[in-house]
Amino acid sequence: MSIAALFDANRCIACRGCQVACKQWNENDEYIPTVENGVLSTNLGSNENPPQLSASTFTRIHFSELEYGGKFHWVFTKLQCMHCEHPACAAACPVAALQKTPEGPVVYDEGKCIGCRYCMVACPFGIPSFEWDSPVPWIRKCTFCFDRLGAGMEPACVKTCPTNALVLGERDTLLTEARRRINLRPDKYINHIYGENEVGGTSWLYISPVPFEQLGLPLLGNDPVTLDAERAMGAVPSVLLGVAAAMTGVYWIIKRRDKLNREKAAEKKEVGK
Amino acid sequence: MITKKRSFPIGTSVLSLLVIIGLVVMIIRYINGLGAISNLSDGRPWGLWISFDLYCGVALAAGGFTLAGAVYIFNLKKYHSVARPAVMTAFLGYTLVILALLVDLGQPWYIWHAIIYWNIHSPLFEVAVCVMTYTAVLALEFSPAVFERFKLNFPLRIIRAIQIPLVVAGVVLSTLHQSSLGSMLLLMPTTLSAIWYTPVLPILFLTSAIAVGPAMVIFESTLSTRVFGHKLDIGVLSGLAKVIPYILGIYLLLKLADLIAGGDIGLIFSAYPQNLLWWAEIIIGVISPIILFSIPGIRQNRNAVFWTSVLVILGLVLNRFNVSILALAIRPGYTYFPHWMEIAISVGLVADALLVIWLAHRFLPIVNHEQPLEVKT
Repeated sequence: MSIAALFDANRCIACRGCQVACKQWNENDEYIPTVENGVLSTNLGSNENPPQLSASTFTRIHFSELEYGGKFHWVFTKLQCMHCEHPACAAACPVAALQKTPEGPVVYDEGKCIGCRYCMVACPFGIPSFEWDSPVPWIRKCTFCFDRLGAGMEPACVKTCPTNALVLGERDTLLTEARRRINLRPDKYINHIYGENEVGGTSWLYISPVPFEQLGLPLLGNDPVTLDAERAMGAVPSVLLGVAAAMTGVYWIIKRRDKLNREKAAEKKEVGK
Repeated sequence: MITKKRSFPIGTSVLSLLVIIGLVVMIIRYINGLGAISNLSDGRPWGLWISFDLYCGVALAAGGFTLAGAVYIFNLKKYHSVARPAVMTAFLGYTLVILALLVDLGQPWYIWHAIIYWNIHSPLFEVAVCVMTYTAVLALEFSPAVFERFKLNFPLRIIRAIQIPLVVAGVVLSTLHQSSLGSMLLLMPTTLSAIWYTPVLPILFLTSAIAVGPAMVIFESTLSTRVFGHKLDIGVLSGLAKVIPYILGIYLLLKLADLIAGGDIGLIFSAYPQNLLWWAEIIIGVISPIILFSIPGIRQNRNAVFWTSVLVILGLVLNRFNVSILALAIRPGYTYFPHWMEIAISVGLVADALLVIWLAHRFLPIVNHEQPLEVKT
């Protein structure tokens, strides 16, 4: 049984209280995105701010201006680490600094991290950030407020949400709840729970009135992105032994052939004499 | 020893200047962070250093294990004279990879964490272990040059006694390492273009590295011949050139078969503009060298052999840039072009290597040295 969160795009009003609560709890205000910090904060023609996740922004609300049902709609999405069931970041990390906990959250141990940034490249959602302007830089991303969960509290974003667009619960319970809402109002929801099966399932689940690729979420398959790498890494021991045996064998055979040839040549010489 | 001693005050001072510029940039990086010297961002966390210094550096060092394997395991004594320079450049190449990582890693002072915190499922863990162990193996494989120079007979005897196990270890580690750079990309099935992404990337990486090994040896030995004035038998060059089309042929067949099997063959015509990069890589680095090296007249001409192996090398470099940067999707809202200081780091490291090669050729028995195997028998 693992913990999960459900985001309902029909309930979010983009108050961005979650963004503020997240920054407060994680004390992310010391790293303010400015042009000087290398994080652009310019007018993008929308109310979205900050424009990107960063080492000081673990979550943000994405604004989509859409037209459906003959009407203009503003649909909002909360973006943060999805806490995958089969996280690519944890598979990528050479020193196991990122790990999937049995409780659900994917957590990061800066005592192990070497700053290689493979997690950032591997993440299919493009989530982990790096402290580019620090001489002692760490990877930063949403922790699912693992520290709060341990103390029996909800994550800061869930706690602060005024419209219950965010709910915390057991993953299976939330999937049932999501399906209940979709079945109750099939006119208001598309029949798809984002995160139920994407890349093998995630701990963050989304329901929405429009297809998720219109909401800034990537279109992904249902296979974990870690499958091929797992298979390749599984072959390593047999490749190691196989190549070692083959090379030793080749060396032995060629050496022996040389020796026989030399003996034959020597014999011929003897005969010639 | 060296027959003709020439000094290159201009060349070496330019190289030294480049090294110093690189060092200054490194200091800025350690004080102000990676953001101060690079255009890397959350959208493009790996840039020029990973593509050039790691991906190209490791592949171009493949001359070391291919030649060491050919000479000491397959007993092709003909190539003995180029084996040691090849091992030396491989050793330098790997040292440069480590130096580049000391710049690229966010916490280079914790690089040893890879020894104590294991994630055996991470391709990068495999890369780290292979880099460490293979650099040590290369250092031992090359050490006879130093021992011979200073007439240290005792360690020389020890190294010669374990020479074959060393070479076998080198081939095994290289096989794992070259392929593991491909395995690293297997975690990017959603961001790497389908023209390049395939579950058999590790095999393609290994095959292309084996093909570029002899090409790099031709490239290096031709250049060092010109600079240091010793003469290399054309038979060695043409022998190396002759084997390349076979390996590249296997590589091309694997690539095409994989695209057809995966149902992605149409992309090489339709996925504009990335398909142009694919065609450039294949035409420059695979098809042209296969044709050129198959012509006996070309294999007998030093210049033609040299420039054809340059094509093989260019094709491989383009392939590694394609998979690690050009065909790898950037996060939405970001752009990337290397900062001049990123380029200065890479250029400084190459200048480093060239200086060390120059010094080694002047002071160590690199090209003409006794042949240990024949001495023994």
